[in-house]
Amino acid sequence: METTHQAKPIEEVIAKYPKTRENLISILQEVQAEYGYLSRESINTISGYLNLPSSKIFGVATFYNQFKLNAPGKIQISICRGTACHVKGSLNLLDACQQQLGIAVGQTTKDGLISLETVACLGCCSIAPAMMVNGKFFGRLDKKKLEGLIEKWRATGRVEE
Amino acid sequence: MTENALEARGKVFIGMGTCGLATGAGEVKTAVEKWASAHGAKVDITPVGCIGYCKAEPIMDVVTESGVRVSYSNVTPDVAGFILDEVLVHKNYKLDGVLGQFKNGKAPLPGIPMIDDHPYFRKQKKYVLRNCGIIDAESITDYRAHGGFQGLERALGMTRPQVIAEVLKSGLRGRGGAGFPAGKKWEFALASKNEKKYVICNADEGDPGAFMDRSILEGDTYSVLEGMMIAGYAIGANEGIIYCRAEYPLAIERIKKAIEVMKAEGILEKPTGASGFEFTLRIKMGAGAFVCGEETALMASIEGRRGMPRPRPPFPAVSGLFQKPTIINNVETLANVSHILREGAESFSSMGTQNSKGTKVFALTGKIANAGLVEVPMGITLREIIFDIGGGIPNGKAFKAVQIGGPSGGCIPAEHLDIQIDYESLKTVGAIMGSGGLVVMDEDTCMVDMARYFLAFITSESCGKCIPCREGTQRLYEILDSIVSPYAKMADEEENLLRFNRVLNMEALSQVIKDTSLCALGQTAPNPVLSTLHFFRKEYEAHIYDRKCPAHQCKGLLTYAIDTNACTGCTLCAKKCPTGAIVGEKKKAHYIVDEKCIRCGTCRDVCRFNAVSVS
Repeated sequence: METTHQAKPIEEVIAKYPKTRENLISILQEVQAEYGYLSRESINTISGYLNLPSSKIFGVATFYNQFKLNAPGKIQISICRGTACHVKGSLNLLDACQQQLGIAVGQTTKDGLISLETVACLGCCSIAPAMMVNGKFFGRLDKKKLEGLIEKWRATGRVEE
Repeated sequence: MTENALEARGKVFIGMGTCGLATGAGEVKTAVEKWASAHGAKVDITPVGCIGYCKAEPIMDVVTESGVRVSYSNVTPDVAGFILDEVLVHKNYKLDGVLGQFKNGKAPLPGIPMIDDHPYFRKQKKYVLRNCGIIDAESITDYRAHGGFQGLERALGMTRPQVIAEVLKSGLRGRGGAGFPAGKKWEFALASKNEKKYVICNADEGDPGAFMDRSILEGDTYSVLEGMMIAGYAIGANEGIIYCRAEYPLAIERIKKAIEVMKAEGILEKPTGASGFEFTLRIKMGAGAFVCGEETALMASIEGRRGMPRPRPPFPAVSGLFQKPTIINNVETLANVSHILREGAESFSSMGTQNSKGTKVFALTGKIANAGLVEVPMGITLREIIFDIGGGIPNGKAFKAVQIGGPSGGCIPAEHLDIQIDYESLKTVGAIMGSGGLVVMDEDTCMVDMARYFLAFITSESCGKCIPCREGTQRLYEILDSIVSPYAKMADEEENLLRFNRVLNMEALSQVIKDTSLCALGQTAPNPVLSTLHFFRKEYEAHIYDRKCPAHQCKGLLTYAIDTNACTGCTLCAKKCPTGAIVGEKKKAHYIVDEKCIRCGTCRDVCRFNAVSVS
């Protein structure tokens, strides 16, 4: 799949933020939104911009679940592991997903297409078990439905709108 | 059809909160647009938030010829066209899936029940959720038409202590979990002398199983922002920050839009009211850390640091964000403030019990027929919520327990279902109100597994600053894990004995974690263990003595076997088994090789002859 979106240079992305520590998390979020993850180079650039040691930035980036230090797949599956989803069998769903994709949580398939993660709670508990894929929510899942969806994504290489 | 086309002007409301969209509300909207262009009709589509009856999503309301709004449930794209045909063209309103009609002062339609009489809504009292699913959350005009900003206007006409007195009089307590009186917090902040003060709205709804804040932010955005402005005026702050978790993209988008609109309307960043009160608002996105729901951790996160709590005092009301006096209130609390200021303290304090006034929103989820968001007056019993509103347990299963208060709360068993819900009485059974997540469990849920699940959650979310929480919860998790693991996992006999030794220390360890942790996350972390241990000791004993999981949930203690008489040798299970653990010849009974079996349950799911049994 071709990405039509041309990533902007990092300096351009962060230039609008005042150079204070307060903006660190927002900057990291914006950089990740642009590139999909936080590369070592971008962290060094941010370090220079905010005049903050990169160790401090790594400290923040590793503390929060949202930040990724490795490039994710084109399709990012986040399976909800909230209480309601757990009671409704999201662990089985996760197992099935790992088996089908042949990867563990936190990994990306070899072709770089699909990466799998869990999320603490998506707040869609009434339609549990739920998952989020590239920002789109899916609810009332079962093994069959999930397997069908993954098959489809593998074939088309994208999550249709 | 063409003759009717011009008449077919209609107004349609579609529930388009996150759960509505996940169940296909977007497709329904497209279907309505298609229908309109096919019929040459003009149909106004208003996207609204969630009315709370998530089980019936997607929900579509259609306004009839006589101006009555009728609600329809489980609307698929095909059904949407059919409903529009019937309601707008054929004037036939009584369709399958009709939820009811809304009261609006006009003559009610005959034969269609009122939506307030629907079993799901009958016992509810909508105070803070009144606009959710009714108004267009993005329209400030719509919000104003429903009384929006009148609370702020009234507040600006009062002195600061008067506003605080009004909130105190209402008896409003923090809806985020601990239940500290909101007015008291404001009093402390007002008393702190400083030029710069902050109001923070805690929208980092991290509790798994709770989503009322998301629903309010998506369905009635302005009410929260209005509440923040009232709070800002009351304590003399001129800046507000909404700390919203990144997992709620729709809520974030709505807040951003609402702030822009309020700026354009001159409500923000311009002096308003007689006292020339000026207020700015901005949004800060969380980055996925449960502990950031704790107020001092939340402030650290806003300051761009790791979200770790610090000891209190000093309390935020004295020295908070950037060392300035700060109040932090939950979304539901602030939304309540807007309504309290508009309608007066009595409108709120007339509901509820002696010490817990008003209503509370609960997220009803898990093994329950009608999952969704319910708002009930304090003092209602759990039984009423679960069986009268929630419709009980589906598939004829038996109720086992309800988990309340998220990872800090406890499990309440059937014998305490008649307990009245308020902050104090929940504590008597080892639970807390928390943010109001109610996860219902039936006989198929294993309580040891639940406790283990919560501990796994806490260990991964503990910030690591204090040792009791970082190490203690990890050890507690290991004990629970050893209870549900098979013998084979243990290296030697010594280990086997040791694990029982650890089981004996479970309660003592819990107590230490409770007593010595720095913040509420650690102090309440052992609650799920203690409460399940208290009410479901038998289940723990079955796991420990008999090595059995009565609910058939703990994979480590299960064995799968094929009934040789029932098996027809269709080979389906052998083909589907991911580890090749099933052997046998075609048309002959198959067997499971226990050493290879990973207990995924696939064979049981695919078997068409019910030949696979679990014990």
